[in-house]
Amino acid sequence: MVGEETSDEERAELRETLGLMDPIHVQFSRFIVNASKGEFGISYQLRRPVSELIVERLPATIELVVISALIALITGTLLGVYTGINRKGFLSDFVLAVSLLGVSLPTFVIGILFIYLFAVILGILPSFGRGEVVDLGFWTTGFLTVSGLKAIILPSVTLSLFQMTYIIRLVRAEMMEILQTDYIKFARARGISENSIKYKHALKNGLIPVITIAGINIGTLIAFSIITETVFQWPGMGFLFIQAVQFVDIPIMSAYLVFIAFVFVMINFIVDILYYLIDPRIRVKGDAASG
Amino acid sequence: MTFLKINNLSVDYQMRKETVYAAKNVNIEVNKGEILGLVGESGSGKSTVGNAIINLIDEPGKVSSGSVILGDLNIHENSESIVKYRGNKIGLIFQDPQTSLNPILTVGEQLIETIQTHLKLSKEEAKNKSINLLKEVGIKDAETRFDNYPHQFSGGMRQRVVISLALCCEPELLIADEPTTALDVSIQSQILELIKKLTKERNLAVILITHDMGVIAETADRVAVMKSGNLVEIGDTKKILTKPQENYTKSLVSSVPPTNKKISRFVIVEKENSDKKENNIKILNRWTKKVIIDQDLVQIKNLSKSFDDNFFTESSKNSVMAVNDVSFDIKEGESFGLVGESGSGKSTIAKMIVNLFKPTSGDIFFDKVCITKIKQRFELMKFRKQIQMIFQDPYSSLNGRLKVKDIIAEPITLHKPSISNIDLNNYIYDLLESVELTQKSADRYPHEFSGGQRQRISIARALATQPRLLVCDEPTSALDVSIQAQILNLLKDLQEQLNLTILFISHDLPVVRQMCDRIGVLKDGKLCEVSKTEDLFLKPGHEYTRELLRLMPKIESIYK
Repeated sequence: MVGEETSDEERAELRETLGLMDPIHVQFSRFIVNASKGEFGISYQLRRPVSELIVERLPATIELVVISALIALITGTLLGVYTGINRKGFLSDFVLAVSLLGVSLPTFVIGILFIYLFAVILGILPSFGRGEVVDLGFWTTGFLTVSGLKAIILPSVTLSLFQMTYIIRLVRAEMMEILQTDYIKFARARGISENSIKYKHALKNGLIPVITIAGINIGTLIAFSIITETVFQWPGMGFLFIQAVQFVDIPIMSAYLVFIAFVFVMINFIVDILYYLIDPRIRVKGDAASG
Repeated sequence: MTFLKINNLSVDYQMRKETVYAAKNVNIEVNKGEILGLVGESGSGKSTVGNAIINLIDEPGKVSSGSVILGDLNIHENSESIVKYRGNKIGLIFQDPQTSLNPILTVGEQLIETIQTHLKLSKEEAKNKSINLLKEVGIKDAETRFDNYPHQFSGGMRQRVVISLALCCEPELLIADEPTTALDVSIQSQILELIKKLTKERNLAVILITHDMGVIAETADRVAVMKSGNLVEIGDTKKILTKPQENYTKSLVSSVPPTNKKISRFVIVEKENSDKKENNIKILNRWTKKVIIDQDLVQIKNLSKSFDDNFFTESSKNSVMAVNDVSFDIKEGESFGLVGESGSGKSTIAKMIVNLFKPTSGDIFFDKVCITKIKQRFELMKFRKQIQMIFQDPYSSLNGRLKVKDIIAEPITLHKPSISNIDLNNYIYDLLESVELTQKSADRYPHEFSGGQRQRISIARALATQPRLLVCDEPTSALDVSIQAQILNLLKDLQEQLNLTILFISHDLPVVRQMCDRIGVLKDGKLCEVSKTEDLFLKPGHEYTRELLRLMPKIESIYK
């Protein structure tokens, strides 16, 4: 915020206006009061209000996370169900072997490998940035342009890989366990078709724990996106945060962390409600003993 | 006429090294309108046969030979064809109604799906049919209950739903695999009555798989006895239970605790070890001799225990009274029985006596000292040493990571840290021998033992502190009848020689009759009556006791 030629008086004046001379507890309570109003002060580095910066960067991160979450959930569930039902077979073994890679390779290594393969060698996908974006006034989206859609493929796949492998393994374990239960055996004994047993009876039960995990994981995705955004130079909040860390830009960092915490709480709240809607055993706990 | 014909049925499990036969060359015939009882102990292959009929054997098992003829259809022609007979021609009921219904589908959804799989009915017709079925199996308000989820039904009601599901496509053969084992005696009799009624009304052929001879005596027309995959004997229920031909059947029948008289010991036909009397004396030498005085060892006064449903609400309407104002005494050297159905509070009382639960109100006196008021830990230890407990499930009550000798040594060293290693080992060996286990067992882990042997280890552990009171919470209900007979004999011998006082908790009236001098009957946390065993069985004082006695399945009913 200050340059080489700033005089000592000006520095002192700036400290005074930023409130840096006040005792810690005064500064902290001022921060709390302002934060509750959505004001996180002014970025030291960019000299713009932090809330404005966050709102500007928010769409990029949300789009990235939503796409990754969808990829992780859909592919993860499909592959998990497949490997859970066909326990032996080449494709199952292959998926499980690859999923082991997904769990063990760090995100930035995968990201760099992807860039090398698809951007450098094959040259079919861009290696950085969001491509062209369309400004809708309150939201900037990359979904409406070809380059925007192309740009989101690599980062979102990279980001989703870890969660996907996690969900594959979870769904697979759940399916295998549920297919052994008495009610599945009883359904078979009643002659219910195999398809209904697998995709209606077993899958519905198997998805209940996935919802819990998925909820927590969406939060983790946002947090993990710092690395992915850095690797792909994705202009989202994670990238903003990393830059802020380098410049010790405390208003941005605190705003970002408060925001992440808020998202975590909200997601868990939504998950609890979903849980309540999906699992009848929770819904009517009160009159469980009737009859 | 013969409806179901099982010819030379074999089921084997191909293991890496060997082939295990779960059933071998079994031949069974069942007629329409007849209930065939299939009995045997665990591992006898009775459930395997039941599942093999509809080819529902768990991997890696498979039906290796034989045929199943239903009417004039060979339903085992190929493994695919059987699928269309499941539910349609053959209905199956499983043991545990808690787990055999899909928890996230309503009862109605499960019924409609099953009906529509087999019968060409519209959704509306299927719904009407389901509601009629639910009514037929005795579910009130069938129209509203139709939309309920399984967890909204009690255990007995759930089993009725299971039966309605098994019968919804009008099968001609019903296979019931231990349909009442998980249920209380009063519900059990209702379910058995229902099965009997449906058998007559629908002219069903029924295979009733069970380990309970009393149930067989009261329901089955014919019995097939199985042992380790082989059919031992098959014939008229009366003939099999009264004049069994085979040795195995004889021993099985004689292990069943009679309901109409008290016998001193169970006759163990198969093995009789003659020198065990001497073994028992070994630990007697270590036992501090107690002069038998006619006095109360345990006095329970106005004992109550409530479990609060919600931590935050203090209102009494939310709390469940598990035990409600119960008072009784146990004399020194006596066996006192506590009977009741699930939820009657019998185990809660046991846990309060051994001080695992704190009573909400009331007092427990042990040897004239009020143990519920003791605050100091070391004071309490003196009593813990004298009161020991044997739990129901021998699989979960022993720590699987400890060797048997460490399991037994733990209470000894806890109460007597100064004991030398040689003394400790000798004591452990003596204890093992007194429960009829070999010294070699000391170095093994619990998973290497069978259920009955594990329960012996539990008894040895309980005896290790030389207790005066032994609290046995359903000690044999997880065991087969022949093993149960051995364990009950052992407990009787130990009690006689060591002058133990036993609090014996069970839901099984015949067992209690054999074991106890006096019995208390519990219902919903309240004590209905306490009386001498024979008085209770011959002239029960309380309405509820009469009800229990009437409903208890009696093996002797076959003589009527």
